[in-house]
Amino acid sequence: MTMFSSRAWREYPQRYRLEASKFKKSGKTYFPPRKVDPETGDTEREIVRLPDTGKLLTFTVIRIAPSQWGDLAPYAIGIAELTDGTRIMAQFTDCDVEEVKIGMDVRIEFRRVQEEGHHGVISYGYKFVPKWY
Amino acid sequence: MSDIVLASGVEKMTDCSGDEATAALATAAEQEYEVFNGATFPGLYGMMANAHMHQYGTTRDMLSAVAVKNHHNGALNPVAQYPFEVSMEQVAGSVMVADPLRILDCSGITDGAAAVIVTSVDVAKKLGRPYVRILGSGVGTDTIALTQRSSFTSIPAAKLAAERALSMAGRKMEDIQFAEVHDCFTIAELMILETLGVYEPGEAGPATLAGETSLDGTFPVNSSGGLKSKGHAVGATGVAQAVEVYKQLTGRAEGDRQIPGHPRVGMCHNMGGSGASSVVHIMEVGS
Repeated sequence: MTMFSSRAWREYPQRYRLEASKFKKSGKTYFPPRKVDPETGDTEREIVRLPDTGKLLTFTVIRIAPSQWGDLAPYAIGIAELTDGTRIMAQFTDCDVEEVKIGMDVRIEFRRVQEEGHHGVISYGYKFVPKWY
Repeated sequence: MSDIVLASGVEKMTDCSGDEATAALATAAEQEYEVFNGATFPGLYGMMANAHMHQYGTTRDMLSAVAVKNHHNGALNPVAQYPFEVSMEQVAGSVMVADPLRILDCSGITDGAAAVIVTSVDVAKKLGRPYVRILGSGVGTDTIALTQRSSFTSIPAAKLAAERALSMAGRKMEDIQFAEVHDCFTIAELMILETLGVYEPGEAGPATLAGETSLDGTFPVNSSGGLKSKGHAVGATGVAQAVEVYKQLTGRAEGDRQIPGHPRVGMCHNMGGSGASSVVHIMEVGS
């Protein structure tokens, strides 16, 4: 995906600081943040920061990857439920892919996610590491 | 309004590289938070497969049985892209793409086209050719992001689409005698059969292993060979499924893949993304 700098900039709050929206009526937190709660139509919200630990709900190990990710393959990617109940998908780093199991405790760390060739935007964001790491 | 309409779908995928095809297909997935982080289509279905195996004890053999069955049917289909049989051992030994999905769990990169003629029953009778009636159609949608879904082990959009189509048709799922479903990956066929209510959650795998979804089984699925063997020419897939239901209902399926017992009511299910949208049609043989 072509990462225009304006598009990347708009994602900084959620990708760099895990900012989510918490709605007053339902108390529900959405990540990425929403302006309207799809369940209640509520627009009264506060920006909260997601917790950085959770449990892995499911995952896969990508062994044949698009060329953009080729040098990282095989890499694990999965969906975790964080301690506040929100869900997030992220790639694993700094762990053996064979160690990744459903139900394992994970922690989120700030990492470089991808870059577009030699002259493109370098995109930072979050990745999972095992919680003990 | 027109009296007779040609509905067609067409796809040409082989002129671009695997990378380009993967990137183009991935635009049907959530780009900003899933593809951005390295998700691929096989990866998203791999996550669903792992969740399904963890929750219901679905096994490698059950996934392989879907591929073996669909390739068996596709080998009988003169227009299939991969018209050859595969064995359980070949599927289980094929290269791993995204755990637990192997290359023989995945549909391919396909060129193809399909068309149907849509008209009124009156015109169809006048034309004097075998026809089928569309009893009901339904569309269902869900979040594009897998992360936000209420379930990783079913396709909620397919449930909505099927409920709407059945309600329009005034039928129950038990009235449906066979189906073409969107088996972009082997796990997808199992999840769809469970979502449509053909089987309870976790029971489509054992049923497939037992041969219940084979051509001569109690509920034949993907008699065409499915996306797996017939091919997944994305823009043509939905129409191609309708063509197969037409052929089966009118007794015109070639190459010994005619479902025995003259079925009268069939269903086709197509979907987009990793289950972000689904379309279901129910058809009955014209009389």
